[in-house]
Amino acid sequence: MLKKLLHKNETYVFFLIIAIGVFINFNNPLFFTFENISGSLKSYSMVGIMAVGTLFVLILGGTDVSFTAIAQVVEYVVVWFTMAHGGNIYMAFLEAAVLGIFLGIINGLIIHYFKVPIIIVTIATFNIYFGLLYVITQGKLLNNIPVVFKDFGNVLLFAQTSKIGGTYGLSLMPLIWLAALLLGWFILRKTMAGRNIFAVGGNEVAAERIGIATLRTRLFVFGFVGFLAGIAAIVHVSIVQSVVPNIIVGKELEVIAAVVIGGASIFGGKGTILGTLLGVLLFAMLNNGLTLLRISSYWYSVTIGAIIIAAISVSAWQKLSKARNNVKVRIEE
Amino acid sequence: MQEFLRLSGIFKSFEGVRALKGVDLTINRGEIHGLVGENGSGKSTIIKIISGFLQPDSGRILFEGKEVTHLGSGETTSWGVQVIYQDLSLFPNLTVAENIALNEMRSRRRPLTDWKEVERIAKAAMARIKVNIDLTKLVEELPIGTQQLVAICRALTSDVRLLILDEPTASLTKADINNLLAVTRDLQSRGISILFVSHKLNEIFDVAENITIFRDGATVGTFPSKSLTNDSLIELMTGKALSQTRFVRDQAEDRVTLEVRQLSKKYNFKDISFSLRGGDILGIIGLIGSGRTEMACAIYGITRPDSGEIVVNGKRTKIRSVQDAIKAGIAYVPENRLVEGLIQKQSVMDNLNAAIMNSIAGPAGYSPPAVRARHATEWVEKLGIKVAGPQVSVQTLSGGNQQKVVIGKCLSTKPAILILDSPTVGIDIMAKSAIHDMIRKLAREGMSVILISDEITEITNNCNRILLMHAGRIKAELDADTIQPRDLERMMSEF
Repeated sequence: MLKKLLHKNETYVFFLIIAIGVFINFNNPLFFTFENISGSLKSYSMVGIMAVGTLFVLILGGTDVSFTAIAQVVEYVVVWFTMAHGGNIYMAFLEAAVLGIFLGIINGLIIHYFKVPIIIVTIATFNIYFGLLYVITQGKLLNNIPVVFKDFGNVLLFAQTSKIGGTYGLSLMPLIWLAALLLGWFILRKTMAGRNIFAVGGNEVAAERIGIATLRTRLFVFGFVGFLAGIAAIVHVSIVQSVVPNIIVGKELEVIAAVVIGGASIFGGKGTILGTLLGVLLFAMLNNGLTLLRISSYWYSVTIGAIIIAAISVSAWQKLSKARNNVKVRIEE
Repeated sequence: MQEFLRLSGIFKSFEGVRALKGVDLTINRGEIHGLVGENGSGKSTIIKIISGFLQPDSGRILFEGKEVTHLGSGETTSWGVQVIYQDLSLFPNLTVAENIALNEMRSRRRPLTDWKEVERIAKAAMARIKVNIDLTKLVEELPIGTQQLVAICRALTSDVRLLILDEPTASLTKADINNLLAVTRDLQSRGISILFVSHKLNEIFDVAENITIFRDGATVGTFPSKSLTNDSLIELMTGKALSQTRFVRDQAEDRVTLEVRQLSKKYNFKDISFSLRGGDILGIIGLIGSGRTEMACAIYGITRPDSGEIVVNGKRTKIRSVQDAIKAGIAYVPENRLVEGLIQKQSVMDNLNAAIMNSIAGPAGYSPPAVRARHATEWVEKLGIKVAGPQVSVQTLSGGNQQKVVIGKCLSTKPAILILDSPTVGIDIMAKSAIHDMIRKLAREGMSVILISDEITEITNNCNRILLMHAGRIKAELDADTIQPRDLERMMSEF
């Protein structure tokens, strides 16, 4: 049992999180406080939600880089629509979901029918979605966003007053992130649709041979990515309370890196929700730690890069030692 | 005997090439039916038609006497047809349990996955053929023989009435092969029909009651297997009578070119010692798992031995890499030509030149296409490779011609020692014979050859000395002149 744990990527990430957490806390005891942790989780909720979608695409066998553009577009459109036509937060989420799914399915259709690698197609749609947004909005920010978003962002559970008078507590955003994780886990583990994604990602020819509809599977994955991107967009605007049309894009690589560190294989067919969660938590903690330790935020990129190399090295070492100790022949003594 | 499946007058063309020219095939209920034929005779096309993957251009298909007009993969599954393809069609990233149960779970159309049920289905299927595989392992972690068993278990989860096995024993150990053949007979006794397609004629004779022979896209005939002999079957398959003479070494001198002393590698092989002269064809016979390929890899520099010596032409040689081996005059034709021997997407020409790119390049490393083409064409002619032109992609060649390309590539390094590892697996009889002739010719010209194989007749016919390997060690060293295939078979079964 222990041996199986040692082979799992998630175990290493978990211990890394513990180790870094202890280190940070040692140097700044403000780390392990409710205020700090809930704040950190809140600020990484958007990344966390999008990471679930990225996991689905990685399992299918590819990398989607357009989800931040989808989120950006959805954020702008839904906020503008709410400003123009009103509506509550539920309607905003609904609109975001529908638009996100729509944009995601376009990806899925192009990828399936043109048989082009996912990364190429999504680079193209990234540019198209993002570009069109700029053409239409001329890069204008949206300030004075509707109150519904501000109110939603300010909801605090377990509210407390801090010594200097401010209030803090658990925001709703991490809970939405949690819901996305649970939904992702349920789909992947418990539904036929989820198992189909693994099948197509593992051996597409075999999947077709047993009658799995690869078009439907692809549309489901990319529709789901779009759906989560839409949800993440509303979460984002509720947190930052303004719409800047180029703030979400640029985070793609961070999201993908977090999911890969969590154990998802770039070659497809493998990945877990737990790993994705741990990957994002690791990144959130590093970011938070740099602030608490008053280290320049430029070191964030360097640290992430170093961790990725460390993760690959561990994984490669595991493979090598497995091969070396592989009993190919049971030698007669 | 009741008919289960009857195909009559099946025609099928692909882009103007007639793959099937009026094929007839009848399989009865509870019959083990063998299907043999050279590569390109239409065997895989007919399997794809029976399984519903392809539609015939014309002809009739009858299941239990009822004519079926359109046969898609859904219909064939409902008729109980299951195919186990040569590539197994498994999902390497999923567990054994899920692979076995996937078809059955899909057919139940329940939206949620009940993992306990998956385990139950998998266990039941394994029990049917009395195997016990770790259900939690991912299929990619299993050796190929075990993967094949997983594929068979999967076929047994549904109400199978016709099981088509396409080259099922290619990578199985002897124990697994015997188990598979026993399973086949067991299924037959329960009324399941089996279509057994294989190049291994001894296995066909072992289990099949009736054998259908394809040649050039048409049925030569169906015969009870008892009425055929190995030679008559080969003659029907190829249309020619093949004489099988034994190889006799005819070199005047006894110069030792390669000597291996006490070569050992943990988990691979132990205390391997032998010597090889020019003109020898040294056969190494042993089943999968005996360490024979592992030993060849160590001599060729793919892996490094832990201890022992390799002596080439009297000089102790340290072989730390493939480049060292090639410099020492050793060449190796690998076991898996598709994965290890060829660059599939590239042309015949590029594959043939792959090992000698540096030596045919001019200054600044540039080699004009004309030079490369000339080199390639030389080998194409020398080895009799049937190909339209050297630019053709190597993927389109038949197995036999592909293997000739690999051999050509190895020979272009001008080796003195040639190791061939299972060189005729999955190659049809005529091409097999051509490759054997090629090897004998090389030996007569003075090359030292090591032929690794698990086919007894291949070894007894083509070698002058034989080493028997088992469990990582050499168990016996024999002179091939006197040994009979039967005796060698008996010796091997004693281990």
